[in-house]
Amino acid sequence: MSSVAAKIQDVFNEPGCDKNKGKSEKERKKGCTKQLAPGAAAGGCAFDGAKIALQPITDVAHLVHGPIACEGNSWDNRGAKTSGSSLYRTGFTTDISETDVVFGGEKRLYKSIKEIIDKYNPPAVFVYQTCVPAMIGDDIDAVCKAASKKFDKPVIPINSPGFVGPKNLGNKLAGEAILDHVIGTEEPEYTTPYDINIIGEYNLAGELWQVKPLLDELGIRILSCISGDAKYKEVAYSHRAKASMMVCSKAMINVARKMEERYDIPFFEGSFYGIGDMSDSLREIARLLIERGAPEELKDRTEALIAREEARAWARIAPYKERLTGKKVLLITGGVKSWSVVAALQEAGMELVGTSVKKSTKEDKERIKELMGQDAHMIDDMTPREMFKMLRDAQADIMLSGGRSQFIALKAKMPWLDINQERHHAYAGYEGMVELVHEIDKALSNPVWEQVRRPPPWQEKTWEERANEAIAAEAAALAADPVKAEAARREKRVCKCHNVNVGQIEDAIRDSKPTSVDAIGEATHAGTGCGGCRDTLETMLEAANASGAVPASLAA
Amino acid sequence: MARVETTKKACAVNPLKMSQPIGGALAFMGVQGCMPLLHGSQGCTSFGLVLFVRHFKEAIPLQTTAMSEVATVLGGLENVEEAIVNIAKRAKPEVIGICSTGVTETKGDDVDGYIQLIRQRHPELDHMGIVYVSTPDFKDAFQDGWEKTVAKLIEAFVPKSEAAAPRAPQRVNVLPGCHLTPGDIDELRDIIEAFGLEPAFLPDLSGSLDGHLPEDFTPTTLGGTSRETMAAMGSAAWTIAVGEQMRLAATTLEQRAGVPFVLFDRLTGLAPNDELVAFLSRISGRPVPLKLKRQRGQLVDAMLDGHFHFGGKNVAVGAEPDLLYAIGSWLTEMGAHLQAAITTTQSPVLEKLEIEEVLIGDLEDLEMRAKGADLLMTHSHGRQASERLGVPLFRLGLPNFDRLGAGHELTVGYRGTRSLIFTVGNMFIAQAHEPDPDTWRRSDEDVHHFGGEAERELVQLTPMA
Repeated sequence: MSSVAAKIQDVFNEPGCDKNKGKSEKERKKGCTKQLAPGAAAGGCAFDGAKIALQPITDVAHLVHGPIACEGNSWDNRGAKTSGSSLYRTGFTTDISETDVVFGGEKRLYKSIKEIIDKYNPPAVFVYQTCVPAMIGDDIDAVCKAASKKFDKPVIPINSPGFVGPKNLGNKLAGEAILDHVIGTEEPEYTTPYDINIIGEYNLAGELWQVKPLLDELGIRILSCISGDAKYKEVAYSHRAKASMMVCSKAMINVARKMEERYDIPFFEGSFYGIGDMSDSLREIARLLIERGAPEELKDRTEALIAREEARAWARIAPYKERLTGKKVLLITGGVKSWSVVAALQEAGMELVGTSVKKSTKEDKERIKELMGQDAHMIDDMTPREMFKMLRDAQADIMLSGGRSQFIALKAKMPWLDINQERHHAYAGYEGMVELVHEIDKALSNPVWEQVRRPPPWQEKTWEERANEAIAAEAAALAADPVKAEAARREKRVCKCHNVNVGQIEDAIRDSKPTSVDAIGEATHAGTGCGGCRDTLETMLEAANASGAVPASLAA
Repeated sequence: MARVETTKKACAVNPLKMSQPIGGALAFMGVQGCMPLLHGSQGCTSFGLVLFVRHFKEAIPLQTTAMSEVATVLGGLENVEEAIVNIAKRAKPEVIGICSTGVTETKGDDVDGYIQLIRQRHPELDHMGIVYVSTPDFKDAFQDGWEKTVAKLIEAFVPKSEAAAPRAPQRVNVLPGCHLTPGDIDELRDIIEAFGLEPAFLPDLSGSLDGHLPEDFTPTTLGGTSRETMAAMGSAAWTIAVGEQMRLAATTLEQRAGVPFVLFDRLTGLAPNDELVAFLSRISGRPVPLKLKRQRGQLVDAMLDGHFHFGGKNVAVGAEPDLLYAIGSWLTEMGAHLQAAITTTQSPVLEKLEIEEVLIGDLEDLEMRAKGADLLMTHSHGRQASERLGVPLFRLGLPNFDRLGAGHELTVGYRGTRSLIFTVGNMFIAQAHEPDPDTWRRSDEDVHHFGGEAERELVQLTPMA
């Protein structure tokens, strides 16, 4: 495991990551040993993250070395689309048994690789390490090396067992694996001045294909997409691209940055979500290509295409305005994608609730990101009544969020639209935004809402009325009992990742007099997970400092 | 009489099997006010969670002890304790149901010992039930996890009593296997209540995962078997176990509290339901209600109408043992032929299937054996094989993530069997090929020609006046 430990340290020192740079030296070191809160955690493991990042490579056999849980419970459950081979959707696993746990699973792994090559003959086999074989000391690097030599075929070890950390760490470890073993190992037949890489795009619901026709039209070639709809060889020769676009999520920033370092491929961070973002991304691609020697005229062609596409998109969104104007959207997601759809929603006449943002300047976007990042966590443990209260207070007409809150939203009889990874609709590029507005319109104008909200004729009181009463009763009880109210206030969770509440943070501020948010983190772990609550911590710290001392009301 | 073989492959391709811990977790989801907790890394939970959310289309309560690499090596006492305390604080469950996973079993965490320690340290949690089941991922399958968990629930919540203790004659325990849907449980409840009996189901997914709109949510399960119901199971008159997998739980209950049990290894098809109905009539002392007599008549009629379409059809089935046995036997009884039978784990019912070999294997094995079949029956992951083979897929069992209504699919009772005949029969009918002039024409190589074509003369006809 020492090589994995070293990799993790390396990944945690990623200089390209803003969030990482914001951490103290000590915190960064702690990265790999950082504990998630038992009994209060949600989300995938590092193995999950590695698989998400690489499985979209379509012609590779993805072999999971572990017990049945890792592959059997999860295979073929993502929406990455292919234009060629569908081997990536085949579930391969060593399904290790008790005997393997006792005697080691390396032999079974080697034989599995052989069987796969004999039966399916893929251009490469990716072997994913999981917790159990990592514990018993199966050396997948050695097995892959031996198999690779014996079968004369790339057999790539992906060392990212689940227990080393969360999903996003797995994304990066997967990136390291292809940097070490795949990228730069093959050569393309030819290159052009218009060759780019797109890094961190998985072609979910076919979103890459909403963008590709525009790049085709400009004569820009996607030399390699890492990893959506990619073939193994495309990833292997991606080092010959002239420029890279790193798609917004920071999942594979290490790949983009190291390819810049090793192969002089400049990159920019961009997004295909939202009309403005899409245009900006096209401009950036053109700019970088011209910098790398493509003819200047690419710029004018790009601008012409952007003007044409933007005009067309706005014109297609316009007809929805009549029905959507004034509708209120509550946008909640942990992802960074949704903020870029804000402009499109506003253009269609909708209002965003839960944030005070009018038009998306860069600062505003940052703010929305923070706000939504926080709320996404919160919503996971909401009851429908709380959800109802939130929607009532926000007076929202529709909620856009990730899949996990879907059924809570629907049970609160609330129109809801999926904007997370498992969604079935493609929302990228200009096409995608029109599609999104269309989907919102479809959801809002569906006649079921009126029917499902109607109480049965024999029911004297509606669900909503009772919820309202319960909410009012709780508020009254707290108002009547200041001790209880104070306890409830102190109970409120601030850091969802580490389950730290207001009271604990206030106590820490009082007792250890921290001078920074990092120092609060040292004392309580608050703010050291996703970082979504760091703003709140800042505010709490400022408030405490401003008053000179902890207010008497909090000292109790 | 079938021979049961295990695949010789090193590599499972397109798994049919799912892991034990999530089978256990699903059983816990049929207990009221319960929070299932997997003792393992957070991925173990997240995969299970996504699987159940997509199958039931419901919010799913499932937590994790979030074992890191270091915690795994050092042992998970702290994580188990912290998880229990956190869950108790946030979700206020009546029961926490813990299943181990591959990681913590490889380390050899003594969770029973941990729980004793945690009990000592946290007397404030005395009111809360904590049940632990050992379910390593690298052994057995989903169905086994369910089976062990139900037995553990009985050990935890049914008090010991003498066989001679007074029993409530109208109360009947029902122990459904994991192959029964919430809809199946509702159906069984209907049948049993028709005799004036009071059934207590353990687990009861019909309360928790049937897709109802609750008035309010707790973060734990809502609905399901309550602790009071479980405590009273020891004084019921009878236990009805459905599926061979429930033998362990039924035996446990019999040994603890002396409740006699009857085990129905399947409730799909005419004969097993006749047995059930006759049994209920006997123990209740009531005649079979008109409603059930009519349902029986409708099933018999459906069998008559349906047999034309089932006769001689070749079906390839991949499912866990009890579901495979129920569906496989019923298909055979309808005149269809089992072309392939693939399952996930050992069970004594397998050899009773009308097929030469039952293979403990995967969906690649099923696909290879399903060439030329008329129908494929397995869970949603059979969709790729179905596409490649051009054989239609009936989605059977869990997970069913790409169709609506998985929780309400019926396979038990007269009505359940009847609807199964119609649904599957309609799939056969939909494939019927229209004949064309070449349907019965043999290819030239196969046929000895006697001439005729060459000597054909063209006769010019003059138009008739």
